[in-house]
Amino acid sequence: MIRFLPLVLKNSTRNRRRSALTVASLAASLCLLGVLMAIYRVLLFGGDPTPAQALRLIAHHKVSLAQSLPIAYVGRIQRIPGVRAATPWQWFGGSYADPAVPRNSFARLAVDPSQTFRVWPEFTIPDDQRQAFEQQRTACIASRALASKLGWKLGERITLVGDYLPVVLDLNLVGIFDAPEATEVLYFNHEYLRESLSVGSLQRDTVSQIMVQAAVPNDVTSVAQAIDALFENSAYPTTTESERVFLLNFVSFLGNFKLFLLAISAAVTFTILLVSGNTLSMSVRERFREVGILKTLGFTSPLILGIILGEAGVIALAAGTIGCIFAWLLCSIVAQGAPAFIPGIKNLGVTPLIAGLDLLIALLVGLTSALLPALSASRTSILTSLRHTG
Amino acid sequence: MAIPIIYNLRNLVVRKTTTAMTALGIALTVAVLVADFALVNGLQEVFRRSGNPLHVLVLRKGSNSELASSVNREVYQNLREQPAVAKNSLGLPMASPEVVTSINVPSSASARGITVTLRGLTPIGIEMRNVGIEQGRWFQAGQREVVIGKSIARRSGRAGLGTTLRFGKGHWVVVGVIEEQDSALSSEIWGDFNQISSDFNRSDSPSSVLLRVADAAAVPGFINFINEDRALKASAISERAYYDRQTVAGAPLQFLGIFVAIIMAVGSSVAAMNTMYAAVSRRSVEIGTLRVLGFSQGSILLSFLIESLLLSLVGGLLGCLIALPLNYFRTGVGNMITFSEIDFQFRVGLGAVLAGIAFAFIIGAIGGLFPAHGASRREIVDALRGA
Repeated sequence: MIRFLPLVLKNSTRNRRRSALTVASLAASLCLLGVLMAIYRVLLFGGDPTPAQALRLIAHHKVSLAQSLPIAYVGRIQRIPGVRAATPWQWFGGSYADPAVPRNSFARLAVDPSQTFRVWPEFTIPDDQRQAFEQQRTACIASRALASKLGWKLGERITLVGDYLPVVLDLNLVGIFDAPEATEVLYFNHEYLRESLSVGSLQRDTVSQIMVQAAVPNDVTSVAQAIDALFENSAYPTTTESERVFLLNFVSFLGNFKLFLLAISAAVTFTILLVSGNTLSMSVRERFREVGILKTLGFTSPLILGIILGEAGVIALAAGTIGCIFAWLLCSIVAQGAPAFIPGIKNLGVTPLIAGLDLLIALLVGLTSALLPALSASRTSILTSLRHTG
Repeated sequence: MAIPIIYNLRNLVVRKTTTAMTALGIALTVAVLVADFALVNGLQEVFRRSGNPLHVLVLRKGSNSELASSVNREVYQNLREQPAVAKNSLGLPMASPEVVTSINVPSSASARGITVTLRGLTPIGIEMRNVGIEQGRWFQAGQREVVIGKSIARRSGRAGLGTTLRFGKGHWVVVGVIEEQDSALSSEIWGDFNQISSDFNRSDSPSSVLLRVADAAAVPGFINFINEDRALKASAISERAYYDRQTVAGAPLQFLGIFVAIIMAVGSSVAAMNTMYAAVSRRSVEIGTLRVLGFSQGSILLSFLIESLLLSLVGGLLGCLIALPLNYFRTGVGNMITFSEIDFQFRVGLGAVLAGIAFAFIIGAIGGLFPAHGASRREIVDALRGA
């Protein structure tokens, strides 16, 4: 079979314009399929959790994310056996600089500085910067991705204007930390936020959520149950779940992405089938006579079938490769431009698994679409095909 | 002189497999676009029906949602006495203090339940909304009773007339179902203002105040008046504009849809180009003959372009047909402003269909232009030889 590879390649490039157009058309669809799979991965699958992620839990109000928990819960959670660290996690919202400029939107969260790097052990920061964050009330730290996006240097003065938290915070950037995954986030001291809120304000003593790091993997489930049991009969019952489960639920709240992605992917795959089938049958129809000549030369029917299928495979794989490259490019553009509140979107990318799947789908669909024209060509008798006048 | 369109039509019919496959490719692309438009259209319709142009919503300064707002009771007392505020038949000012929060309602589809907006309001607030009860009755003041929007009752599957919900400081009985409105209000649960605000410790700070202005012309002036009064520390917005802003809830899905449709369009216009090149090369002799008969280069170009457009028209119409059943499809999206789900129906409107057909024509024009140009520029002798 291998020795017919030159013939297969020659055939694929015979009508250059058609092959190029087919490859381009298939590549567009395969590129899209790659991007859709990448979106599916970050939104609904999330990949394997890292060890630190697997240990992280989120405690939030049982009824709704919009309702807060008492800040006193943080201390009570810290005393539960099996909890390594816990920090308040207060969404600040508000605005930085000109809120109409998209690049000025990023996550701003009030946390407990002494717990931050124990709840997120995967974040790395120089020791002196971490100490400055723990010691200065108005200190804040930013992720590397955020600092470089906005050109922040250490010592930068950052002013956040609150909306539902009616305060203006003047922060001093004392540290820039590195995170294994791209994330645009700013952390500042929850104490400073509390002090800024007027005495008697309900918001002073509540937090949006509480982030918890369990000590060992075996404890994760029991810690979550212990937290929920502790507050079950209080006025503020909690639901504690792993970071992964929490994010998946948040995505399903945003909309039925699963159904949308699957429906669109099915439409795209079907389009590939149509385009590829159409081209292949056009080529085969044109070469009907040729097939007769090949047969007279002693090529067997299965061999002819193989040659035509091989041509489909070559075109499909070429398109798959180009599609993957464009998918990779598009993913990085989308990751840059997408709104920050969609979890994981900043990690959008074509992984080897997605690229492999994309190529596999290309090959399978290409071969399937070629099957019908190839079979009819290989089964036709020599006489009929030689008589054929295109 | 133009070549008759019947020539192109017959040609498309002769090559029916190729025509069908190419048209179907275009159809799927168009269907994705039309579906996306229908989604946005449906969502906009829900919010459009939610806002009354005579209503002004007062929030705390700096808040952009009722959920994140709290207004002092004094502000409410002050505003209800304003002369611009309309009076009802009993002579009471149409000013409604409301408390808004979100709660979790059990759902038969998801173990976590669904998040729903809970609104506590007074009889004036109900009167201003102009909605009716479809089953059961309205809640009574002073009772732990609620009425539930029809969309929520349907989406939840487990919260309906006669059931008990648990939120705030205890249990609440569902005593009525609000009639279907296809507005954001159908996705809410309502109860007595005093009962709900005391459960959520909001008795002295309602989330918002809704006012009806007697005269539509006075609305902008009244909004300015509230915004410029620094002592009030409140901001006013027309109810219509408030809901318009919430259509961003569909933005992630809308973005995804348009993104997909554009890439698919690249693919299908290239596929159309392929088909048209094949058509041109097969009909080389015909082109030569037509030229000999005196048809100009321009009419050859036009003829092939028309053929490509016809092909895309078939695809466009088919695409709209594929998307049409979506009209009966309902779904919910999370609203980041109210933190609760909005139930809506896809609406494949005339606008979406026209946009879909226009989109198909663009695909056809791009796909047909180069092959048609190539066909018109062929030397007559070469064309006749079929080379």
